Amino acid sequence: MSPPRNRSDRAAEFYEPRILDCGDAALSVDFGNFIDPQVNARVMALDAALSARSIPGVVEAVPSYRALMVHVDPCRVDFDELRHTLLKLASSSGQVGLRRQRWVVPVVYGGAFGEDLEVLATRHGLSNTQLIDLHSAPVYRVYMVGFMPGFSYLGGMDARLRTPRRTQPRPSAPASSISIGGSQSAIGSLPAPSGWHLIGRTPVRPFMPSRTPQFLFQPGDEIVFDPIAERRWNALDAAAAAGETVAQPAS
Amino acid sequence: MTYLRVLDCGPATSVQDAGRFGYRRYGVSTAGAMDHISLSLANALVGNAPHEAAVELVLSGGRFELQGGAALCAVAGGGAELLIDGRPVAPLHSACAYEGSILQVRSPNRGVFAYLSFSGAVKSPCVMGSRATHRRTGLGGAPLQPGDRLPLDDGEAFTGEFAPLRLRQPQAPARQPSGNEIRILPGPQLDAFPPDALSALDGAEFTIDALSDRMAYRLRGAAPMRRCSTELVSDGVTPGSLQIPGDGTVLVLMRDCQTTGGYPKIANVISADLHHLAQIPPGQRVRLRQVTHAQAVSAARGLKVWMASLKHGIDPALTEPDVKVLLGCNLISGVTDGKS
Repeated sequence: MSPPRNRSDRAAEFYEPRILDCGDAALSVDFGNFIDPQVNARVMALDAALSARSIPGVVEAVPSYRALMVHVDPCRVDFDELRHTLLKLASSSGQVGLRRQRWVVPVVYGGAFGEDLEVLATRHGLSNTQLIDLHSAPVYRVYMVGFMPGFSYLGGMDARLRTPRRTQPRPSAPASSISIGGSQSAIGSLPAPSGWHLIGRTPVRPFMPSRTPQFLFQPGDEIVFDPIAERRWNALDAAAAAGETVAQPAS
Repeated sequence: MTYLRVLDCGPATSVQDAGRFGYRRYGVSTAGAMDHISLSLANALVGNAPHEAAVELVLSGGRFELQGGAALCAVAGGGAELLIDGRPVAPLHSACAYEGSILQVRSPNRGVFAYLSFSGAVKSPCVMGSRATHRRTGLGGAPLQPGDRLPLDDGEAFTGEFAPLRLRQPQAPARQPSGNEIRILPGPQLDAFPPDALSALDGAEFTIDALSDRMAYRLRGAAPMRRCSTELVSDGVTPGSLQIPGDGTVLVLMRDCQTTGGYPKIANVISADLHHLAQIPPGQRVRLRQVTHAQAVSAARGLKVWMASLKHGIDPALTEPDVKVLLGCNLISGVTDGKS
């Protein structure tokens, strides 16, 4: 298996999807070992096409960077027919998925909110301000929500900020941490162990069981980071705790 | 309102049902009973649907008090025994407990997980369609502690008499593999491993490591497992996935596992055998055996048939007359002078 590729690659776009059995209660539609917006777009398109159908025995589908895992009830599903349907949808859906939502997410960068920012900036030969500018410039794409409820993996980070994961993970990173791991960035949700570099925090809660909607960010959504001053934290945090989204929908 | 008050329990005791489905795309683990077969059995014995919420005990017993009303109670799984006010309840039987009754569950002596069920089911808060506790995230609540009170109804306590039930059919579905054989299917990332890796697994014996829990079981084999150094972009995982994390052990993901991961997956435990693996205690051995997809599906179907027939195999129990009940009955008509 070839190592993951990070840049946009023509080959990724035309990779023949494969259906792989994952035991008898799941199948994976695999688009190759790539971190690539076009590959992810194909996953999203297939996910949308599949959810538009009601196939007996399909429990739920889970999109990730480069594959769609389809969880099934082995006693109800017709495997041959499902594989056939998935391949057909995978080849014909192209990259037109449901265009979801673009969000503007406020972030307090550095200091007590992002304890790795200064070290990271020095490591990359940048000032703190330069790092913040580089991190908050792109429009990110949510590739996958996994690891913890609401934990959102983002693609589109500036290559100059790529940093291998920490050798010593932290036993607990604060809730809603903004972090960098390898070539990815992430918006954390609940406090959790982390091997990524913590550069900031957002008052936004990607997951809140008592709020409607419970989950804010979905795979395929776009994220824009808005650096804010630390003095704004308390008011926004209180609003989020009260159930407001705080992240602003943008067109 | 009828409550179950926890007097004593082990650290991993929790409320479990079938699990939380429909939210894996948001990173929400399913959680759910590690042995859904024993859960179904415990539920059937108290007249519940198979996957109603019950108390899952792990390698330990517990003591509980019933408050506010009566309930039909049962225990199934791992060979655990239930006593109500000191009186043992026969295996595969339920019995009535009353307000103030002390329920004692003895440690499972043959397995790991036992399920304590109640007529009407445990009615702790439902989160995203399930009452299952997921310890890592706190979804569905936290593991139970002494002093906790679990609601057992929706507010209407029942203070009457429950007729006990028993199981008349075979306790467990017939199982083709003998002993601790666990069937696996290869893939999905077989090509991330050395060519002989799968054959090294097939037929190999492993010991369940003490560092096993609801998230994953760790298997230690005679020879350390090698994996390829290939980095994998994270994709979906499922309970039953076999991973080789690189420290020589084999990891089998279980009910509390995450929804996505980056370690290559060499194989999967078949869905019909995962509850069986779950009930094998640390220190005991398992043997893995590769089967075909068709065989795995056939095994899953066999389990489903057994579960569907469960409710037809439940009968009223033949019990010793209860003095309390007898005294409440009018067995003779007319009047006596009490001397004859």
